[in-house]
Amino acid sequence: MRTLFFLLEKEFRQIMRNKGIVRLLIIAPVIQLILLPLAADYSVKNISIAVVDNDHSTASQRLIGKITSSGYFKLTGYTGSYTAALSMVEQEKADLALQIPAHFEKDLVRENSQKLYVAINAIEGTKANLGGAYLSSIITDFNDQLRVDWHTTGTATTSDAPQITVAASNWYNPYMDFHLYIVPAILVTLVTTLAAMQTAFNIVQEKESGTIEQINVTPLKKHIFIIGKLVPFLVLGIILFTLGLLVGWLFYGIVPVGSFWVLYISLVDYLFAMLGLGLLLATYSTTQMQAMSLSFFFINIFNMMSGAFTAVDSMPGWARAIVQTFPPSHFIRIMRMVVLKGSGLSDILYDLGAMALIGLVLNGWAILNYRKTA
Amino acid sequence: MPSSATPPVITTDKLTKRFGHFVAASELTFQVAKGEIFGFLGANGAGKTTAMRMLCGLLKPSSGKATIAGFDVYTQTEKIKRRIGYMSQKFSLYDNLTVSENIRFYGGIYGMNTAAIRTKTAELLEELQLEKEAKTLVSDLPLGWKQKLAFSVSIVHNPDIVFLDEPTGGVDPVTRRQFWDLIYHAADRGVTIFVTTHYMDEAEYCNRVSIMVDGVIAALDSPTRLKQQFGLDNMEDVFYELARNAKRKAD
Repeated sequence: MRTLFFLLEKEFRQIMRNKGIVRLLIIAPVIQLILLPLAADYSVKNISIAVVDNDHSTASQRLIGKITSSGYFKLTGYTGSYTAALSMVEQEKADLALQIPAHFEKDLVRENSQKLYVAINAIEGTKANLGGAYLSSIITDFNDQLRVDWHTTGTATTSDAPQITVAASNWYNPYMDFHLYIVPAILVTLVTTLAAMQTAFNIVQEKESGTIEQINVTPLKKHIFIIGKLVPFLVLGIILFTLGLLVGWLFYGIVPVGSFWVLYISLVDYLFAMLGLGLLLATYSTTQMQAMSLSFFFINIFNMMSGAFTAVDSMPGWARAIVQTFPPSHFIRIMRMVVLKGSGLSDILYDLGAMALIGLVLNGWAILNYRKTA
Repeated sequence: MPSSATPPVITTDKLTKRFGHFVAASELTFQVAKGEIFGFLGANGAGKTTAMRMLCGLLKPSSGKATIAGFDVYTQTEKIKRRIGYMSQKFSLYDNLTVSENIRFYGGIYGMNTAAIRTKTAELLEELQLEKEAKTLVSDLPLGWKQKLAFSVSIVHNPDIVFLDEPTGGVDPVTRRQFWDLIYHAADRGVTIFVTTHYMDEAEYCNRVSIMVDGVIAALDSPTRLKQQFGLDNMEDVFYELARNAKRKAD
């Protein structure tokens, strides 16, 4: 145990003395946490819409009014020809073209049905999807309102079949604030990078400078050496995470609903797994370049597949099974459950257990693969 | 001068290391007595470092036998590591730690307690005349000082044997001389010195030298007797006589 004390003393001295590391570990993540959520906002606003109005009726005017007053759309074109509207889409001046046919109002009254045509520029997938969805929900709403209007004024009494409406309410995030959803996930990706990459770099640096060979000729036990590398980065990870929570509170007003104890217990569990990965990668790399390439490979996959930005549930079954072995997928889930919903330890036992298991495997593997004798 | 009565601290018997078909060190058989300064010479690529790494427990031998301080190099590497010091070709102190922090760290991982480390640090700094540099980062020291410090750190735990792999590479003649004073001083205290070098004047300082050519020990004796044996005036010529026939390319 005494040797562990000397190891830790040395690691912390080196970390404190390295100004680059402090900058990299503290300042860079804070900046990223302030900036990235601005980009990862899925609520699309300012969708440009071009309307082709061939009807010029009260109904068409009311529909357009409803669309523009929704706050999602801005009317960038109002023409009488579909070709003109489409060329606006081609020139990227409009994201959507909505065609209101001639006799729109008349047919709506007479035949109680009408077709609208929407052309969507699908180059920007998210914007197109959401724009289309917003628009059709506005049109449905408009349609219902018309029915109600006619019903009360008594102009249309036919085929007014009872309707089932589904009222959805968003629990735990009632205003669908995407920051609430994305900030915890981005914080996880930052902790991931620190844990996996910096640990690997630190050890490989000792390989490159030759100091690890000096350690290998001492009677120092392998697992003590590994623990000596784990603990400092565990501490750095906790500092980073705490800073991240502060930034989330200051800039996005996010205060975890659940207990901080649950969050920090999960964090230590998560760091144990990810530091294990960093150690393992270090045992397989001889240069920092290799360590960088290897850790980039994993971090990229983790960030894209662990549910930070897209839902894990939308992936095919086999991919979901693979994602189960990614520690960040569990920690992101825990973060969202605890931060948004206030889940307790008993709700996240599965994820905690999974991370602990992965951590044991990775760390055990790293100790086995680290050889003092070649 | 070690007498034949003292039991050997290093014994090897046909110690061999193969990398695939390449035999880096072939059937090395020799003994080193306690307190001896044993020079290990050879051209680049002759197999010196490989042999030394096997003896330190950093590399597993392919065949043959060896004991270091009475411990087997196959099964008791961790016991060996308590009894030896090692200074590699690569500079092995931490650049971003100070002189005394380096001593403290290595003393610490060899299991010394804080009090013992403190006395040892004072002793080393005095011997190296580095008292004023105790709080200087190692990266700010001149190379010669670093090498002397690295040697002192490698014997901080009072080992039986210290292995030095080209310890004076790139160091000026004056500092080399001081370095050898340190080596003699350690040998006087009974530490066995196993040293590789390319400087033939340093070979003259050794009690005995072995000269490796193409992975084999081509000659092994005291410098005086080797010179007699080959009828040459200095070790430089002896080395050249043996090494010029080497088939292996230098690395």
